[in-house]
Order: sequence, then structure tokens, then C-alpha cells
Amino acid sequence: MEIPNVADKWSGAVNEITLGATKDKGGSRTKTITIGGAKSIPFMDFEGSPGQKPVVAMDVYDVPPEDWPETLSKPFADVLHDPAQWAKKCVEQYGADLICLKLEGIHPDKGNKTAEETATTVKSILAAVGVPLIIWGCEHDEKDNDVMTKVSQAAKGECCLLGVVTQDNYKTLTATCLADGHALITLAPVDINIAKQVNILVSEMDFPLNRIVMFQSTGALGYGLEYTYSIQERERLAALTGDKMMSMPVICDVGHEAWRTKESKSDDKEVPQWGARDERGPMWETITAVSLLQSGVDIIRMSHPKAVAAVKKCIDRLY
Amino acid sequence: MALTGLDIYKLLPKTNCKKCGRPTCLAFAMQLAQKKANLSDCPDVSEEAKKVLGAAAAPPIKLVTVGTGARQVQIGEENVLFRHEEKFYHPTGVAVTIHDDLDEAAFNDRLKKINSLKMARVGTEIEIDLIVIINKSNTADKFADTAKKVSDGSHLNIILSSSSVDNMKAALQKCAEKRPLIHGASAGNCEAMAALAHEKKCPMTIAAQTLEEFVDLAERAKKAGVEEIVLDVSGNNPKEVLQKLTKVRRLALKKNFRDLGFPMITFVNDEDAFQEIALASTYLLKYAGIVAVNVCEPWAIMPLLTARTNIFTDPQKPIQVEPRLYAVGDVKDDSPVLFTTNFSLTYYTVEGEVESSRIPAYILSVDTGGTSVLTAYSGDKLNDKAVAKAMTDAQVDTKVKHKKLIIPGLVAVMSGKLQETLGWEILVGPREASGLPSYLKTVWKS
Repeated sequence: MEIPNVADKWSGAVNEITLGATKDKGGSRTKTITIGGAKSIPFMDFEGSPGQKPVVAMDVYDVPPEDWPETLSKPFADVLHDPAQWAKKCVEQYGADLICLKLEGIHPDKGNKTAEETATTVKSILAAVGVPLIIWGCEHDEKDNDVMTKVSQAAKGECCLLGVVTQDNYKTLTATCLADGHALITLAPVDINIAKQVNILVSEMDFPLNRIVMFQSTGALGYGLEYTYSIQERERLAALTGDKMMSMPVICDVGHEAWRTKESKSDDKEVPQWGARDERGPMWETITAVSLLQSGVDIIRMSHPKAVAAVKKCIDRLY
Repeated sequence: MALTGLDIYKLLPKTNCKKCGRPTCLAFAMQLAQKKANLSDCPDVSEEAKKVLGAAAAPPIKLVTVGTGARQVQIGEENVLFRHEEKFYHPTGVAVTIHDDLDEAAFNDRLKKINSLKMARVGTEIEIDLIVIINKSNTADKFADTAKKVSDGSHLNIILSSSSVDNMKAALQKCAEKRPLIHGASAGNCEAMAALAHEKKCPMTIAAQTLEEFVDLAERAKKAGVEEIVLDVSGNNPKEVLQKLTKVRRLALKKNFRDLGFPMITFVNDEDAFQEIALASTYLLKYAGIVAVNVCEPWAIMPLLTARTNIFTDPQKPIQVEPRLYAVGDVKDDSPVLFTTNFSLTYYTVEGEVESSRIPAYILSVDTGGTSVLTAYSGDKLNDKAVAKAMTDAQVDTKVKHKKLIIPGLVAVMSGKLQETLGWEILVGPREASGLPSYLKTVWKS
């Protein structure tokens, strides 16, 4: 009995982007990370190249997180006040492929840190680790436009991934990223049409398409995961069928979202029927990440070392 | 693939006799293609046409039922590869294993634990569906004995797992009326297992390495009279398993390849609970009809079941939360009151932000038929009357002593009318839920 061939033939591919610049490319990274490049449905390499292996970026905050449950803060207890040491621990002990510096503390309500302070933080992280850096604003337009511009200059030539820009606020950061040689994250919360629109707006400023990463906002397991999943799946299919404005690699914010849920945060006493939080929380983060991997993700932002290890191992086994 | 109207037309008598009630055979054919007519309406249709059209009308993936009654598990009959194309219909059955060689205390302990794998989260109860009895002892007596104990002591559907036909027979004598899934047939014992399945009217699995072998085994099982077949796609190489699951699903749906038009079961076996559940979730998302795992801790099972809930949600139907007043945190009669819609994504976003603000508050979820704030407003489902009704239904005025209502910033334009209708002071909240913590901490506090 002959089995029909079910390998789909795709005309398009996800763009490939290299993040981080080594010395000879004008930066100081000792390691670069290349993402994207898929020419097949995730992990289906019998129909085409699966592209680069999905990578894990570990979150580092510029201020100690206020609302983290103990399960999550414990592994970082000694470094929560020092972003550079925190980043170093993520890379050296927990195997982070990249570091994502989340600028929570620049928000006017959460510390209102200045651009100068933040630029110093960025430089200290660049000095502490050799991996590429993602720098993520606080999603307060005015403050982001002020701080991110200076942060971008401070990291000029390092080929960081900066974000996020939206259809209402993209000009400043796009121009800055273009000038300083960084890549850019475009955000459209769970909307595939706006996703395309932001990419078009950014590209109309002559920003190269192959330096854009898309972010659709992330729904945690049990909290809208299916919306993110289907949008990303549709985007991946659009990329594979040759839609150039949808061919960007995709980033997900799994750590932050998964650890906001009751299922990972609640105390053992509150929910005895759910099992121990030290397993429950990392597991919730793990399953949010591996589920989204099936829809087509290139960078996953994560938090807990145990979840990071599990997800990286799972990627290795499926890839 | 489904036949087109023209394909069907070629098989009809082409007499335009109108006996079917349609003006022409072509019109009838078109309605057949759209599944708006039944072939039996045509009295003159040939046997050959019946055969071809009957086969084309059968679902590309066979529906298989494990168990009986309200708790039975149905798998198969899926129509799409991606949920956004339509939806996934039959939620993956989740199974947990138990061995038949455990001593009594360990057995009872584990059975109790497996039986209680149900959790309430966001207002709904989720639970596992099946228990796999593994014939680890290799003896008929123990296997049969365990089957009896599980059948009597568990509400779950049963999968009997043994490669020994004799042992399977012994176990089936104790629980065949529960319609267990017979797991253990492979090339060596396929006919004997199939005869057993046929006799006891139970569904069965077949296990093979390659797709060609699966076709061969399915053929042999069918010859022995078994119709409800489940392909056992398991193995130690996760990548291979994932690809096989995808290939079988594509063959059935894209190539109408009937020889493999069956649902699949995947056993996941990993010492590391994180890996076991990570892989089980992966297979669940990508086409396994049943996933079986060993770990039976709620912290491992809950995310697996939640992944199932998410992926089998109908993408065309907005999911709703019950429209009522929700208390977040330790609310008092001076706590703020906010409203949002009952679209679950909107509601949970708001709830999450209120929770993270650590300011206890009431959230009133207004019934907008599960649409978001702007959609509901544009469609006039969110107006002053809808809010007023929700306020009255939830008796908000008895819960707080102030008369201040925080409304979504996106519908600031409603404030005037709402203030008039309710007689409450209207405070315009942030446009995005993410602004709530700072809003509550600053604007509300002052």
C-alpha cells in the first residue's frame, strides 16, 4: 500500500534575523542568536526546513518585582536588586539564550526611573553577559519614547531587539532603532489585521522587514491562550504562503503572563486541591510555552529556571 | 475530499424526473453537495451511486466511543487541521495509568488519587476521562482482578493494556459491559485481539511502527469485524510521534485516505513529570484523540486539562463569563465598583489587573452576549439600559454605600447618559485594563 505524500509545499518562509553583534560587527556580544527561517509548519521538517530552533529569553527587571510569589522570586533572591547580576545568573546558571530587560521601573507609576539611570542599567547588563539583549519598555508611550531613545543610543551597534511599537506609537522608536542598528518588536494585541498594519507603517519608514519581530500579546494557559495560539498559527500560515508583511519571527511573553494567573500564584493553603505551588507554578509556565510553540514561536520570554529547563529540553526533543 | 455537485450529478440518473422534489437532477446534486438533501430522496438512484456517495459522505476520521453513558469518551470525526478553520470537535481524552502488580495499599492509594483528579478553575470543573490498567504482572488473574476492582471502584472509562490475548480475555470478562478500549494489538496478535474486540463489541487499538504497517493492521482488524479502531502512535522519539500524528491527520483530511481514517492514542512515558506533561500537551494540541500519562498529581494534570479546554473552545463563539457582580479581594462597602462586559477575555484581563492592584474591588460583568467593550458599544449591546439592568440584577446598591461607578475609558462617551439613568457619579477609567492598578491607586484613592 502506497501512502500518499502529505508534505505541504510552501512558497514563503519566516524571515531570518540575527540578534546581537560581535566585535567584528561593531558590537561587544560574545554570542549571537539567529531566529526565524522556518519553511514548514512548526517541527514538521519532512516538508521543509523548520528554520532556527526556538530560543528562550529570560526576563530581568530593572526594579525588583513587587508581586512575585515566593516560588518565582526564590531562585533570584540574591540578585533581584541587581539587574546585571540577575542577567548573569540567568545566562550562566539557567542557560538563557538571551536576556530580556523589562523596564518596569521607568513607568511613571512604578518608580519613574530616568533615561540616564536606565542607560546605565543597560550598559551594566551588556558588560555582565555576552548574549544578545532584548529591551522592553513599560508600554507608557511618552515615557517609552523618552527612555528608549537614550537606551537605544547607549546600546548602539549591539543589535539588540527593542520594543514595543504599536500602530499609535511607532515613529520615535522605529527611527531610533534604524539609526542605532537594532531590531524592533511590533505589537498588535490579538489582532492579525493590525499586526500587518503596524508592520506596514514601520516599513514605510524604510525600516527593513528582516529586522522586525512580531508580538501579538500573550494569553496564558487558561487565560486566552487559544486566541494567541490561533493568531500565531494564522500568521505562520500567512508567512509560509508568502505574505511578506506577515513573515516576521514571533515573540511571546510567557513568563509574565503565566505567573499572573491564580493557578501559578495561589498559596498552597488557598488551593490545596491544586497541588504544591513549587511544582504548579513552573508547570503552568512550561505548558503555556510548549503549547504556544506548536503555533509557531521564535522567541519565548520566560521566568522560572525550572520551566526554562523543561521548555528547552522539550524543544530539543521535538526539533 | 468531499465531492462537488458536478461529481455527484454524474452519478445520478439525469432524468430530471422531479420525484425528489427538485426541478432537475443537477439542482438535487448541488443540494447533496451542500448536505441540504438526502440521497434517499431519489427513488431511482443506482446501487453504485449509493456506494460512492455513501462513502464520500462518511466522515474522514471514524468516530470511536470508549465507555458508555454520560461519561463516555468520543474521539475522531474531526474536520480540520487548524482550529481557526472551523473548530475541533471531540476533546482529547486524558488517561492516567495504573499497574496490576501493585500491592493492595499502593493500588488503593493510587486509584483514589486518580479518581479525584478533578479541579474547579474559573467556575468550571475539569477532570480526566480514562484509566489505563497495565498488565504489568503478565498474569491473567491479576489483570482480571484489577479490571474488576477498577470497574467497581472508579467512575472513569477503562483502557485495558496487555499484549496477551488470554489475559485480555480474562479482564474483559470482568468489565466488557463498560466498553473498555482494548490496547495491545500489534502485528503478532492482531487477529486474535480483533476477534475478542468483535465478540465483546469493544473498540481496540493497533500499534505499528510505520504508516504502511498501520494500514495493514487496520485492514486485518476490519476483516475480523472491528470497526472502531484507534491507532496507537506512541514511541520514545517525540519528534517522530508528533510528525506521525500530523501525517495521519493530514492523510485523512487532505487525501481522504480511509485506510488510516481513525483517531489516535498516544502513551507518554517519561521519568520527569515536566517532560511527560509537556509532551502530552503537545500531542493533545496536535491531533491525539487520547493521551495517556503516568503522573497523577493535580499540579501536572490541571495544565494538561486546561490546554484541552483552550484548544477545543469554539473559535467562532465568544466565550462568556456569567454576567454578575464579582468580588475581587476582601471587598468592603467602600470598595470601588467597575463594570466591563461578559466577554471572558475582557473580563479576565480586567480581573487580573484589579487583582494585581491589590485594591479590593467589585467588577460588574454586563451581559453583552460575550462581546468586547467596543464591539458591544457599537452594536448597542452596551448602553445605559444594559448597565442599569446589570446594576439592579446584582443589587449593587446594597453592596456599597457610595454611588460611584468606574466605566471603561473606551466608552467615556456613555458617561452623561449613564449618570442620568443611574443617578450615580460616573468615573471614567483607563482605556486599557493595564492602566487599572495605577488608576485605582491614584484616582480612586483620592
